[in-house]
Amino acid sequence: MQRIAWLIPVLPLLGSAFHGILGKRAGKAAVTAVALGTVGASFALALALFFAAKAAPGHRLDLVYFDWMAVGDLRVPFGLVFDPLSTVMALVVAGIGLLIHLYSVGYMWEEEGYARYFCYLNLFVFFMLTLVLGSSLPLLFVGWEGVGLCSYLLIGYYIETDYAPAAGLKAFLFNRVGDLGMIIGMMALFAAFGTLTVGEILGKAGHLAPETTFGVVTFATLMMFVGATGKSAQIPLYLWLPDAMAGPTPVSALIHAATMVTSGIYLICRLAPLYELAPTTMTVVAWTGGVTALFAATIGLFQRDIKKVLAYSTVSQLGYMFLGLGAAGFAAGFFHVFTHAWFKALLFLGAGSVIHGLHHQQDLFRMGGLKEKMPVTFWTMLIATLCIMGFPGTSGFFSKDEILYLAFLKSPALYVVGLLGAVCTAFYMWRLMGLAFWGKPRDRHAFEHAHESPWTMTLPLALLAVGALLAGLLGLPKIWGGTFAIEGWLEPALAFGRAEAPEAAGHGSHALAWGLMALSTTLALASGLAGFLIYRKGTKSEEAFAERNPALYRVLANKYFVDEGVEAGLLAPVRWIANLAWKFFDVILIDGVGVNLPGALTRIAGDFTARTQTGRVRNYALGMAFGTVLLLWIFLR
Amino acid sequence: MITPWMNTHLLTFLVFAPLAWGALLLLFPERQAPLVKLLAVLGAVGVLAVAAAQLLRGQPDALGQLAFERFHWFSAVGIPVEYHLSVDGLNLWLVILTVFLVPVTMLGTWNSLPDRSGTAFALFLMLESGMLGALVAQDLLLFYLFWEAMLLPMYFLIGVWGGAERRYAATKFLVFTLSGSLLWLVALLYMAGKAGSFAPGVMAQAAQALPPKAQGTLFLAFALAFAIKVPLFPLHTWLPDAHTEAPTGGSVILAGVLLKLGSYGFLRFAFPIFPDAARHFSPILAALSVAAIIYGALVAMVQSDIKKLVAYSSVSHMGFVMLGIASMTVIGTQGAMLQMLNHGISTGALFLLVGMLYDRAHTRRIADFGGVALKMPVFTAFFMIVTLSSIGLPLTNGFAGEFLILNGTYLSGFHWGKAAAVAATLGVLLSAAYMLWMVKRVFWGPANADPESGTAHLHADLNAREVAVLLPLVVLIFWMGIHPQTFLGHSEAQVSRALYPAAGGEVKR
Repeated sequence: MQRIAWLIPVLPLLGSAFHGILGKRAGKAAVTAVALGTVGASFALALALFFAAKAAPGHRLDLVYFDWMAVGDLRVPFGLVFDPLSTVMALVVAGIGLLIHLYSVGYMWEEEGYARYFCYLNLFVFFMLTLVLGSSLPLLFVGWEGVGLCSYLLIGYYIETDYAPAAGLKAFLFNRVGDLGMIIGMMALFAAFGTLTVGEILGKAGHLAPETTFGVVTFATLMMFVGATGKSAQIPLYLWLPDAMAGPTPVSALIHAATMVTSGIYLICRLAPLYELAPTTMTVVAWTGGVTALFAATIGLFQRDIKKVLAYSTVSQLGYMFLGLGAAGFAAGFFHVFTHAWFKALLFLGAGSVIHGLHHQQDLFRMGGLKEKMPVTFWTMLIATLCIMGFPGTSGFFSKDEILYLAFLKSPALYVVGLLGAVCTAFYMWRLMGLAFWGKPRDRHAFEHAHESPWTMTLPLALLAVGALLAGLLGLPKIWGGTFAIEGWLEPALAFGRAEAPEAAGHGSHALAWGLMALSTTLALASGLAGFLIYRKGTKSEEAFAERNPALYRVLANKYFVDEGVEAGLLAPVRWIANLAWKFFDVILIDGVGVNLPGALTRIAGDFTARTQTGRVRNYALGMAFGTVLLLWIFLR
Repeated sequence: MITPWMNTHLLTFLVFAPLAWGALLLLFPERQAPLVKLLAVLGAVGVLAVAAAQLLRGQPDALGQLAFERFHWFSAVGIPVEYHLSVDGLNLWLVILTVFLVPVTMLGTWNSLPDRSGTAFALFLMLESGMLGALVAQDLLLFYLFWEAMLLPMYFLIGVWGGAERRYAATKFLVFTLSGSLLWLVALLYMAGKAGSFAPGVMAQAAQALPPKAQGTLFLAFALAFAIKVPLFPLHTWLPDAHTEAPTGGSVILAGVLLKLGSYGFLRFAFPIFPDAARHFSPILAALSVAAIIYGALVAMVQSDIKKLVAYSSVSHMGFVMLGIASMTVIGTQGAMLQMLNHGISTGALFLLVGMLYDRAHTRRIADFGGVALKMPVFTAFFMIVTLSSIGLPLTNGFAGEFLILNGTYLSGFHWGKAAAVAATLGVLLSAAYMLWMVKRVFWGPANADPESGTAHLHADLNAREVAVLLPLVVLIFWMGIHPQTFLGHSEAQVSRALYPAAGGEVKR
């Protein structure tokens, strides 16, 4: 089994090549079979490797295939690592990926670019699994940039439009900004440790004297975190994710909710022992996450596009994950990755089902009353909403609560920020539910044609709903009689190479845990209820609110005008400088003054001297006479 | 009878066969152009076959040479000039790249030249001789002769078959390059006088005896000639003009091979002959390289002509090559070796693709396009793959080269090497910006509705010939990205010796 472990990422790659080269000729049925078959087989293999790794010594399998780059001291092998962290993540990617492939069959069936879509989607699974399983940072980076590429292609899938390719380009470039951080981080780590294999770095980091490494480690981890903010859409690089909703909705579910955007969290978990050596970085991570969680949640309050609400929600939830990581809760942060993958994928697929049923209507203000028309979609989305708002007993409740508790131990101020974000979350989610499913239909025509989606779409919804409800059991907290099992399971990966356990950030107690839990739950429930009561009656209250507070409403609905600020403050100046460089420096200075001017002078001088060659003897005689006089004067003077 | 001669004179054959074949083809009348083109391609393929079969299976000797020829040629004022050719780790893959790109270029531009195409194909063959000669020459006077000989065919290719401003561009190309090499020739003759030889090894010993200041001046004279060829910022302005005006085939060869002669010259001659001066000036070279990377990318971003954009991207990419060499680390320089090949393949392919678009639309203005993907999906797929390689996506060739260069620079000895590496990463971002922004405007979006637009003139996707030309390039893009060791294995020890002549190839970083 281990000998064919490399097939886990490679199978979807072969599928992608098939769709790209033969897909159009082979027909939709063949494309469907290959797409589902390759991802399904990857999932089965990943499951087998999960158990194989569990049985292996140290719960870890390191497989090396061949050298990718081997120059001087730099050796980068093509190698895969199977440990608790990577196998769980691989199962999430392949498992949820499989469900979303299935869903896509229904959602995309009518599209002419069906084969092209699955070419990109399978390619994404390949790169995502490479990111997860790669044993060295450069190989992880292969996946890291590769998923960015697939994201670019899938966001821009509707190539005949103007907005989709623009959104894809924006996503790629924002991601690349983060990637620079990754590259710089890798350079710093290689210079310090002489290797880029994750296992070797962690092995060496644990045994170095703190004072010699703190600077390098802090710098490298900060740079890696810059990479994470790009991929995982944190401040200041979050701007691409809301635009990314231009892609087909299953893509938003798979890439921009469940898997790719969590790779920043995965990266930090992968390097957890290194981050523990850099307390400064940890504080930066925690605050970036906390502030993003609140900031994005406030933008989500008044978005009218159902997918935009979910996009800002994703940015916000990713912020919670970083908050958890920064509070030294690596297991807690990753636990939220795990639960979020289920309920956010479910929310997006539910939204896609609504959009599909309403024939591409995405405006919440044009929906309403869909509860009876689309029962499966409604009930499954209701479950997801309860999860994300942290309704007691659901998966989101356990994972978010663990993060908030750890945040409080790190700093009560962080807890307050996180709590406010949770209050907003409950509100905007119930606003969404109220506007879409309750009340009177605000677009009669669309409503009458609305229908429940086919089974290929509702089956994944149902399966994800079950997953969303049960995912929390993996991390039942100690005060609920559980063991926070996921922490124990991840321990070998998160503490790999660590010399000794770090001191806990603070000391909590059961009473404190219960108290914080009660507070956040009460506030979230109240806020959710308020949202529901206001919006199940329609849009009137929001319109009234917008009239009374025009400035506030405008700022929130326009996302604080950050996009406009970036355009005016950054992109426009860069274009200006580039034009200056070209038109002034290249054309005028170098070419004009440096090249063409001497050229012109030479020609003028040549023309002038050429004019003396008149061919008339008396002119030459005159010249000779002048010359003779001049020479005589020089010599006889 | 032929075979034993080939065994001892392989390099002579490789260098002069294209010249002879090209000269022969010049005798054919113009109405025979199709036949001439066919014969030219067959000749070029034959050279490729011989080079690949003979060089790639050879085992290097103690000096790392896979093939060599060496004998006394003549003496001038008592200084012996040797006919010394050799292929070793430093030039093996550049030679292969050259003999590969020439037939690819010919096939790729089969129908692109309006008239006198047979003559142009013959010139390509003569150009191939000049390039191969410069690549394999080990004696500096011989190198100089080939170096200058390369100029003429290219001058005519631009000046005769070029665009509207071809005469300006061709003259600029010639004058820029010549003014650099004249200064270098003076330094070269001075060194030959000191050393009593044109052999780089002997010159290196003689240089050691000179005062540091003189070494520095001589190094700069060498560096100027090579830097113009690369071209290194701010000596680059001949390149965009030459590329924009040159016919597609000229651009492919210019970008693919000619520019590399500059960076190769640093590695083969300037650095080993003046190691101390090289160490002294390498931080400045690195600074100019970083400037070229960022500056070239910024200017590429605001171009309105696709070909000019690709030309400025060359400035940026060659900046990476020079940065790797200037880092004076084995990792960085190996990255530069790879990046030279990468640039030859990727930028060569880009020029071919732009040419294929131009053949159909008769315009290269970005604003004349839009929605090309809807009309030419196969072309778009090829263009995307080459674009990704050009912006250094991992698993394509571009990444391996840039990654090694950046890591090497970060490790370099001079004290702001780290800052140079960090600044150079900006090139990775900007390359994505200018390439993908152009791709968005040309390929995506609704089809340009203007009946006069370029898009409106696109009626046919790629034909079999064009696919056959692009396919090997795409295979190489992935091969070099996934297993760059194929192309790096031969050169490591030699690079180490070139950078640290005293250490004998033992330095690993």
